[in-house]
Amino acid sequence: MADVSTLKTVAAGSGAAANRLSAGPRGRKPKRVLSRRNIMLYGILGLAALYYLLPLYVMVVTSLKGMPEIRLGNIFSPPVEITFEPWVKAWAEACTGLNCDGLSRGFWNSVKIMIPSVVVSIFVASVTGYSLANWRFKGSELFFSILIIGAFIPYQVMIYPIVIVLRELGIYGTLTGLIIVHTIFGMPILTLLFRNYFASLPEELFKAARIDGAGFWQIYGRIMLPMSLPIFVVAMILQVTGIWNDFLFGVVFTRPDTYPMTVQLNNIVNSVQGVKEYNVNMAATLLTGAVPLIVYFLSGRLFVRGIAAGAVKG
Amino acid sequence: MAQSTPSARPSQLFRNLNSKIASIPMIFVALVIFLGGSVWTVVYSFTNSRLLPRTNFVGLDQYERLWASARWIVSIQNLAIYGILSLIFSLVVGFVLAALMDQKIRFENVFRSIFLYPFALSFIVTGLVWQWILNPEFGIQAIVRSLGWETFEFNPVYDPDIVIYGILIAGLWQGTGLVMCLMLAGLRGIDEDIWKASRVDGIPMWRTYIFIVIPMMRPVFVTTLVIIGAGIVKLYDLVVAQTSGGPGNSSEVPAKYVYDYMFQAQNLGQGFAASTMMLLTVAIIIIPWAYLEFGGRKRG
Repeated sequence: MADVSTLKTVAAGSGAAANRLSAGPRGRKPKRVLSRRNIMLYGILGLAALYYLLPLYVMVVTSLKGMPEIRLGNIFSPPVEITFEPWVKAWAEACTGLNCDGLSRGFWNSVKIMIPSVVVSIFVASVTGYSLANWRFKGSELFFSILIIGAFIPYQVMIYPIVIVLRELGIYGTLTGLIIVHTIFGMPILTLLFRNYFASLPEELFKAARIDGAGFWQIYGRIMLPMSLPIFVVAMILQVTGIWNDFLFGVVFTRPDTYPMTVQLNNIVNSVQGVKEYNVNMAATLLTGAVPLIVYFLSGRLFVRGIAAGAVKG
Repeated sequence: MAQSTPSARPSQLFRNLNSKIASIPMIFVALVIFLGGSVWTVVYSFTNSRLLPRTNFVGLDQYERLWASARWIVSIQNLAIYGILSLIFSLVVGFVLAALMDQKIRFENVFRSIFLYPFALSFIVTGLVWQWILNPEFGIQAIVRSLGWETFEFNPVYDPDIVIYGILIAGLWQGTGLVMCLMLAGLRGIDEDIWKASRVDGIPMWRTYIFIVIPMMRPVFVTTLVIIGAGIVKLYDLVVAQTSGGPGNSSEVPAKYVYDYMFQAQNLGQGFAASTMMLLTVAIIIIPWAYLEFGGRKRG
């Protein structure tokens, strides 16, 4: 890797170091830091970064301004007088229809939906992945293929049959129903993730455990589970952000008083009655985006690994 | 492990029983929900179900009505515009960003975090932010006008002709980071010797990218294409948040058509027919890919 970097003469620092080390002026002249190429490279990347950061900046800035200031200035100008009132209002007072208790209700609904959904979906998918990787039976790969292909079917195609099934079971509109829905739709990607991970573990471990007389659940609980904490973290990141960001299932499978945060946010911001309070709207938007953003920035590379795992079909 | 050995085991059915029990959810989801649900929807799209699903078959009536509906035509057009442009732009932008990121730059992690963070946000958040940024009174249009260009017109929230492009801007902001990441992973998978060889031969870098690296990355491109494609067909939340399908019905998309007919207009038959069309679209994307991907593997 190192010789390639000097070959491509990108890292100016290492080029200079190489020059100092060699006695005579051998090789090519080291490039300066401010070469035209570097200016272009970092210039383009910087501009792109600006484009990606702009909306976040606008959200923060707008949410800290008062309404009079918003009406006078433009959306990019930093706040003259910083006020946290929009945040308080978004959290505790913003109205959706007749309810005026703010986004906090949606937040807690989302928490109540997310935690059991994440736990159940990861448990089901990890056991499925484990049995696919280590305990194959006739037809298991066929079911798995159907599952993976099913991941591409638009949700709209399957949503009504699920409504009917849940209605027949008497859990349509309840939390249990929504947990089941999240488990179903999280299954393809998570099962793939776990199956590939378990398949990559050394098979000797599994064989040794079998010889020692461990059964299906024992091997899962005592060997596979402790060995695969990283993949569980990856799955958790995927599911926490995915379920938190879900809108469609929230709208279809819950009732207004148990709407998750995204649905409530949309109802607050896009409500037609009343004067539009842009600062409250942006504060509410930021509050809703905060959870996945925190997960994203804390998890760093694991998040990338999660989406890459979802991308590479195996 | 589970290879059946011709032994005196009592029954094939009870071999590996625990594994089979553990796979019941998967079998249920695969067969009942994914396969069964899709077939059910397709079958009921030939009925005249309204408030409740009924088995009163009317042939292709629902489809005729669907394709005669102005709103559906607009939805299809919007999806086509959004889909084609977002495919092109996200592939190009994603690849260029990835190629720049692959130049052994400093702060790579910082740049990657910045490009990818929108992907962690929901479409609702994305839509609402861009609705605000593109707001004609306070957003981009107002700013350009205040800089002196008084007649500047850019109003993709309320102008029906360009509203879909506003959604495209938001969608690209959200999704290109993912494409960049996939492409970067693909670029990192290219053997360094390829680069050395092309340098020895004196081939300029851009030509190496276009004629050597990109053809080598074909599988990555195909996978990315399928992922973006499947995502485009599902486009729903973003439109709901940013424009609610308006002004008028100028930014409607098929997924929203389905939802509105199923759960609001109490016209299930239309919803089923529209969702079957969505299924058909996805099948057109997926089947060639699956054929290439899995058919190719057997040969290789």
